[in-house]
Amino acid sequence: MQAMVYRGPYKIRVENKDIPPIEHPNDAIVRVTMGAICGSDLHLYHGMIPDTRVGHTFGHEFIGVVEEVGSSVQNLKRGDRVMVPFNVFCGSCFFCARGLYSNCHNVNPNATAVGGIYGYSHTCGGYDGGQAEFVRVPFADVGPTIIPDWMDDEDAVLLTDACPTGYFGAQLGDIVEGDVVVVFGAGPVGLFAAKSAWLMGAGRVIVIDHLEYRLEKARTFAHAETYNFTEYDDIVVHMKKITDHLGADVAIDAVGAEADGNFLQHVAGAKFKLQGGSPVALNWAIDSVRKGATVSVVGAYGPIFSAVKFGDAVNKGLTLRMNQCPVKRQWPRLFEHVRNGYLKPSDIVTHRIPLEHIAEGYHIFSAKLDGCIKPLIVPNAA
Amino acid sequence: MAYTAEKPALAETSDQLRARIPGWGVDLDPRDRPSVPRERFDPGSSGAHWDFPERQPEKWPRERSNEHKFLTPVFGTSCPPKGVSGAMRKYAYKRFSEARAAHWLILVAADRVDSLGSHFRSFLTLRPDNPITETGIRSELTHHGLASRMGKKRADLAHQPLDPVIIAGPWVLGGVAAYAGLKRVRKSVGRGAAQSRVTITS
Ligand SMILES: NC(=O)c1ccc[n+]([C@@H]2O[C@H](COP(=O)([O-])OP(=O)(O)OC[C@H]3O[C@@H](n4cnc5c(N)ncnc54)[C@H](O)[C@@H]3O)[C@@H](O)[C@H]2O)c1
Ligand SMILES: [Zn+2]
Ligand SMILES: [Zn+2]
Repeated sequence: MQAMVYRGPYKIRVENKDIPPIEHPNDAIVRVTMGAICGSDLHLYHGMIPDTRVGHTFGHEFIGVVEEVGSSVQNLKRGDRVMVPFNVFCGSCFFCARGLYSNCHNVNPNATAVGGIYGYSHTCGGYDGGQAEFVRVPFADVGPTIIPDWMDDEDAVLLTDACPTGYFGAQLGDIVEGDVVVVFGAGPVGLFAAKSAWLMGAGRVIVIDHLEYRLEKARTFAHAETYNFTEYDDIVVHMKKITDHLGADVAIDAVGAEADGNFLQHVAGAKFKLQGGSPVALNWAIDSVRKGATVSVVGAYGPIFSAVKFGDAVNKGLTLRMNQCPVKRQWPRLFEHVRNGYLKPSDIVTHRIPLEHIAEGYHIFSAKLDGCIKPLIVPNAA
Repeated sequence: MAYTAEKPALAETSDQLRARIPGWGVDLDPRDRPSVPRERFDPGSSGAHWDFPERQPEKWPRERSNEHKFLTPVFGTSCPPKGVSGAMRKYAYKRFSEARAAHWLILVAADRVDSLGSHFRSFLTLRPDNPITETGIRSELTHHGLASRMGKKRADLAHQPLDPVIIAGPWVLGGVAAYAGLKRVRKSVGRGAAQSRVTITS
């Protein structure tokens, strides 16, 4: 089969690999019909996540058709069209039993501090991902769901990560009616977080980025008020000015480890890997909210320490909430919202790229060329 | 204002927002949201029909965090550790917990060894690494590389010039190594030839 393969920082190619076999009785093998590149994949692509091996296939956002099932699989059969959450999870450990699917303890031998994620380095379990023609899906009775007839494929693929993550980020903000919510990052996750903040009753939603075309999307898709941080000497001061010097009630970090805005932080974190990530957006979030506020972090950071302004968070009495998104837990509600027309995930898709051109796809998304917001990946056979 | 008791007024009331934004307030009740409360004990709801999953066969000694009690019942089988980088990885897992910077720094170093080694090895194969196709740099021409940057206030333009350095690093190093190697070979060949000439004349 054809599969995207990592060759080192900024380098990937398509190779022929064996179709993955069933390795466990509850495995399924899924033939991928559509995938996507996530902002998280950029952290891998740039070589920032420890234990990313040459030969690894990325991809944790995908939908497909069940090709084969293991002997203990009860809920799926060959031919079913399925969407697969980006989390690999067992459904039965201490954490899964409590709904913390992204924190499963039975699927990642390499680390206890993170659960399992498809195609996301050995630090997240060493599973090959879905930017390929076929993928092994462990715990087929637990993770995947049959795609409802009424749902579009492009909506389904965005419901495997970006959309639920943004929605989850808004939940972590504990938004109450009338809250002023500021979202850092107008990528897919930030756009969905901003949109979701309204669903939870926000009174004002502000989005910050430096890419004008993405801020434009934040205005149209997420009805947000937007600011380009490069136009202000100090975005934190500006946030104070526009909130009558109180600060926002809730901030959401939807940027993560490669935040721009501070050259040294960015270069130390993203380029030279001297810290787990560049926490510029997180620090801005901490400093621009009001005292007693909640900061929700869904932006991803590596396991190495980062220079976070923790003292300010303590002294302001902030609540910091964060996690990888437990995707499947969000699905019943999100399916309703999509069906009712409150959310149209595929509205943010800008590029549809054949698997064989995935190297260009990564570059376009990484270098933010051509107005790219969300690139989908389509295998040739699909 | 922060200096007096009342919260600054919002520009729009809830009713105005509900009228303007589709779905405004459908998840208004903070207690009625999918991930609230954070932990909800409900082991029967996941679809799992086991207390502890069956164990996947371990086909090679699978490296694992020393904070785990045992190898997890299910795990990924991509890219088994190999060569020098593999030895570094195994050491990082065996010796240092996730709490130790050394654990992660050795893994990051192993990643660099792995990618450098793989680039060099690729030159001995029918499919050597190709910096043009593998970086996707051609899309700069087909997808408006210049227009996407020109006249834009993009904060990332300041450090994008570093990317080629990171990308080309291995090739430059490889070139230097190859040149040094060649020189040494030429020298020893030259010396060998000179010696044989000496033998012939004597
Ligand atoms: N927690 C989870 O479960 C989860 C899931 C998916 C993605 N993520 C993470 O969420 C983050 C965003 O993902 P994405 O797909 O939207 O990625 P993306 O790269 O498309 O978006 C990031 C955006 O942040 C902007 N940005 C950079 N520096 C900024 C700053 N200082 N202030 C404001 N904006 C800034 C960028 O211009 C970009 O538009 C990534 O870190 C990703 O790894 C987490
Ligand atoms: Zn993701
Ligand atoms: Zn689990």
